[in-house]
Amino acid sequence: MNILETLGRLARESGFAAFFAAGGWKNLIMIAVACVLLFLGIKKKFEPLLLVGIAFGVLLTNLPGSGLYHMEMWDAFLDPASAHYHSYGYILTQGGLLDVLYIGVKTGLYPSLIFLGVGAMTDFGPLLSNPKSLLLGAAAQLGVFLAFFGAILLGFTGPEAASIGIIGGADGPTALFLTNKLAPHLLGPIAIAAYSYMALIPMIQPPLMRALTTEKERSVKMEQTREVSKTEKILFPIVVASFVILLIPSTAPLIGCLMFGNLLRECGVTERLNDTAQNALMNIVTLFLGISVGATTVADRFLTVKTLGIVLLGLIAFSFSTVGGLLVGKLMYKLSGGKINPLIGSAGVSAVPMAARVSQVEGQKANPSNFLLMHAMGPNVAGVIGSAIAAGFLLALFG
Amino acid sequence: MKDIEIGGAAVYGLLGYAVVFFGLVMLMIVVLLLGKIMVAAGRRSEEKIASALPAEPAVPAKEAPRALPAKGTGGEILLHDVPEREAAMVMAVVAHRLNKPLNELRFKSIREVKDK
Repeated sequence: MNILETLGRLARESGFAAFFAAGGWKNLIMIAVACVLLFLGIKKKFEPLLLVGIAFGVLLTNLPGSGLYHMEMWDAFLDPASAHYHSYGYILTQGGLLDVLYIGVKTGLYPSLIFLGVGAMTDFGPLLSNPKSLLLGAAAQLGVFLAFFGAILLGFTGPEAASIGIIGGADGPTALFLTNKLAPHLLGPIAIAAYSYMALIPMIQPPLMRALTTEKERSVKMEQTREVSKTEKILFPIVVASFVILLIPSTAPLIGCLMFGNLLRECGVTERLNDTAQNALMNIVTLFLGISVGATTVADRFLTVKTLGIVLLGLIAFSFSTVGGLLVGKLMYKLSGGKINPLIGSAGVSAVPMAARVSQVEGQKANPSNFLLMHAMGPNVAGVIGSAIAAGFLLALFG
Repeated sequence: MKDIEIGGAAVYGLLGYAVVFFGLVMLMIVVLLLGKIMVAAGRRSEEKIASALPAEPAVPAKEAPRALPAKGTGGEILLHDVPEREAAMVMAVVAHRLNKPLNELRFKSIREVKDK
């Protein structure tokens, strides 16, 4: 037994040695990116529940030799010419831990289950008491389609452009769901762009809100909305699920789960299930989703010019979605004779409830006695439905 | 469909935006209708409760004022000679003592028990 030879072999096979091999520097950059994301999640508290998981996934997948995630296996999974085309058995038997967890993303399971939890956590009362706020949820999808167009101009394919555009919906699970169906190779950068911008909403939206509205408009105090009966709240998820799924069938997994979760909350006889959906299940899925999405950011695929394009287009998508909501908010302000505060329009981007909170904060800056939060929750939850419809349209087009 | 021309992308972008608006406008109409039906049903049940109350006494001045349905309850709670402010306090105290959110409790009526 040659001890020196053994030690030499161990050194050569170690992950440290791989940093000095061809392309090893890319892994180092990705590890730095992971550390930045961890800093943003932990220190700055930017969407920490997801960002910490994603960042740790980025770190794990880029540690050479970890063998937790195998991009080449997923390439074979997607290649019709491969012997392992669409073979989950191959992934389960040969894959690493993160490959196995990633199956939940691949099948669309995690985003749908997240929607179940979101539905259980969401009170649609404000939307029911003021159904016109659905218009703001539609208007705030402007960025989705502008970014889609911009991505085509930059040379992305149709499915890629659709996946990039949906970042403007400000809805992480929807972005993951659509990207996974249309452009799975872009899942890492799109997930990171979507969640980073969602975390940055308090910085992205206020300048646009102040630029597009006057002090007088921002200080409008909205009247108390009507009370919504329990029966109405129970009927709502049943009606919406039936109506939206019949209108755009490809929204079924997202809208179906969102409304099922909401029915569990409102029906009053499934308290245990409601509690599980919005707490235990939501936490477990968030945990798996974050780390497995982070795992897709393999250095070779992530550090490309395309990623920069996605980050830029994501910002455009987010900004124009905010602008779309604000402009229709201004229109509603005019048509209502100054009764609607246009600031609630920017909450039409999903990002529940952060976008609504931004409307509240900006409204209070203009008029300290202003309470816009409940009024902004209407467009905010309408945005969730709106982005699911936008995703359904794009899926029907390119799926 | 994978590759798409710039003109086609513009058309599909506009179409997609229109589809989102169409879907949510339709949904708004459905929700508005649902709301109107519910409000009308609420009013009918309020009227039923009001008609089920005992007839006005012969000398109204000496009797207790008529029970009024509290705001925001769809007429399901009846206040018997209790001001709304006190009723709200009673409900808040009950919710606090039971350690339950107020919106999970159902109050049917509140009546002041007077010493005879």
